Amino acid sequence: MQYLINVIDSRTNSGTAEEMVAIDAFNEKLIAGGHWVFAGGLADPTVSTVIDNRGETPVLTDGPFVETKEWAAGFWIIEARDLDEAIALMTEGSRACNRKLEVRPLLAPPQYPGWMPARP
Amino acid sequence: MDAGEALTRAHREEWARVVATLAKRFGSLDLAEEGAAEAFATAAERWPRDGIPPNPGAWLSTTATRTTIDRIRRESTRDARHREAMLVYDTATEPLGAIDDDRLRLIFTCCHPALAMEARVALTLRMVGGLSVPEIARAFLVQDTTMGARITRAKAKIAAAGIPYRVPAASDLPARLAGVLTVLYLIFTEGHLASGADTEPVREELSGEAIRLTRMLHQLLPDDGETAGLLALMLLTDARRSARVSSLGELVPLDEQDRGLWDAARIAEGHALVRARLASGEAPGRYQLLAAINAVHTDGERSDWVQVVALYDQLARLDPSPIVRLNRAVAIAERDGADAGLTLVDALAPALDGYHGFHAVRAELLRRLDRTLDARAAYTAAIALAANTAEVAYLERMRERLA
Repeated sequence: MQYLINVIDSRTNSGTAEEMVAIDAFNEKLIAGGHWVFAGGLADPTVSTVIDNRGETPVLTDGPFVETKEWAAGFWIIEARDLDEAIALMTEGSRACNRKLEVRPLLAPPQYPGWMPARP
Repeated sequence: MDAGEALTRAHREEWARVVATLAKRFGSLDLAEEGAAEAFATAAERWPRDGIPPNPGAWLSTTATRTTIDRIRRESTRDARHREAMLVYDTATEPLGAIDDDRLRLIFTCCHPALAMEARVALTLRMVGGLSVPEIARAFLVQDTTMGARITRAKAKIAAAGIPYRVPAASDLPARLAGVLTVLYLIFTEGHLASGADTEPVREELSGEAIRLTRMLHQLLPDDGETAGLLALMLLTDARRSARVSSLGELVPLDEQDRGLWDAARIAEGHALVRARLASGEAPGRYQLLAAINAVHTDGERSDWVQVVALYDQLARLDPSPIVRLNRAVAIAERDGADAGLTLVDALAPALDGYHGFHAVRAELLRRLDRTLDARAAYTAAIALAANTAEVAYLERMRERLA
């Protein structure tokens, strides 16, 4: 199964050099264990743009789709046997990046024919 | 034995096994629950007519398996694909030896820490305990539809999030087992001292069910000290059930209880479990210490408070929570006098001010010290915070008795 891991943050640009070193080491471990699919940091939610083209003309809105005190500052997509493995891996990940994490399963591929997960 | 009795007994003894076996074979808790329910419904129809089968458990498993296969065949391709997506994960890779019982997998899955506590409780009572959704709904004072939705959501999360159907690896086992014991103890305490104002003060159906499930777990994991400790704790607490509430619906404190009403068989079983744990020589955990304290309370004519304090000292080292310290203060008051107890209790005010038990203990100690006005205020605070009807009745009488 694949899981999306959201890195939960409440302050912008809050990452430290030590955290980056720990995250790099953790990522190396994910890759070595065959769990790595993709990961990335996200810009501050205030610089996002919401697009709504469900009506006649597209409407653009400045800012995030919902104002919250916490948001995703980055994410991983990992491959894990089951939730227990995902939790075991990301318990370590939470320590490495020094943030709370949300583990959320990706829907199984058969429900989206033609959808192919990216592999490193 | 008539068919009705045989069915009740089979339900008690075989439900968890049937569900667990189906869940493993078909990889879906939904299918397992439906299959088991259907097999028991078929038995209710056939056994009175055709007679009780020689091996009811095997009959139920076979019937449940057959009806589930029929059900899967009836499903359309689209539904079958949906079913596939709802599979629970049988990913056991390590040899599990003696403890690889399907019922254990079922218990660990239902009590998975990724599920909300109320979902764990509901799912455990439904899938392992075999209680019906309306029965569970009634026990927790929610609508049938609410409870049904809670259980459905929990099953859906297990399937969609990939919560595995397996006994945790040895390294995770102590922590995961502690989580299972928490669920069982929660079910027990809700039955033993109902938290709501709108229920009977003692609800045997929940405490009895918790004991049954813990006994099952103890049989599956006989060497686990905390499981044995929790079973002993439940037995020794439940043994005093008939003496705990008076005919007037008031809670009766331990030293005023009619010991003749205590259940001697439960006390003997609880004491034997505590003795076996002591003999093991292993350091006791929280439940074993609580069981030992209750063994002291149920031994002889009155509690040996010196021993009780020593056990609470040990417990407070493992778990220095305010509630443990409050109970230890009660034991100190019995051993050294109300003054000594009250000093310890008062120190807990910042942490426990919102807890009725804190005020009830203070009230009792103040009463013993003849500080009537303070005692009255403390009883009033306790009554305002308490919900259990028997407890409120007791506290009100104590307040009235003050000069």
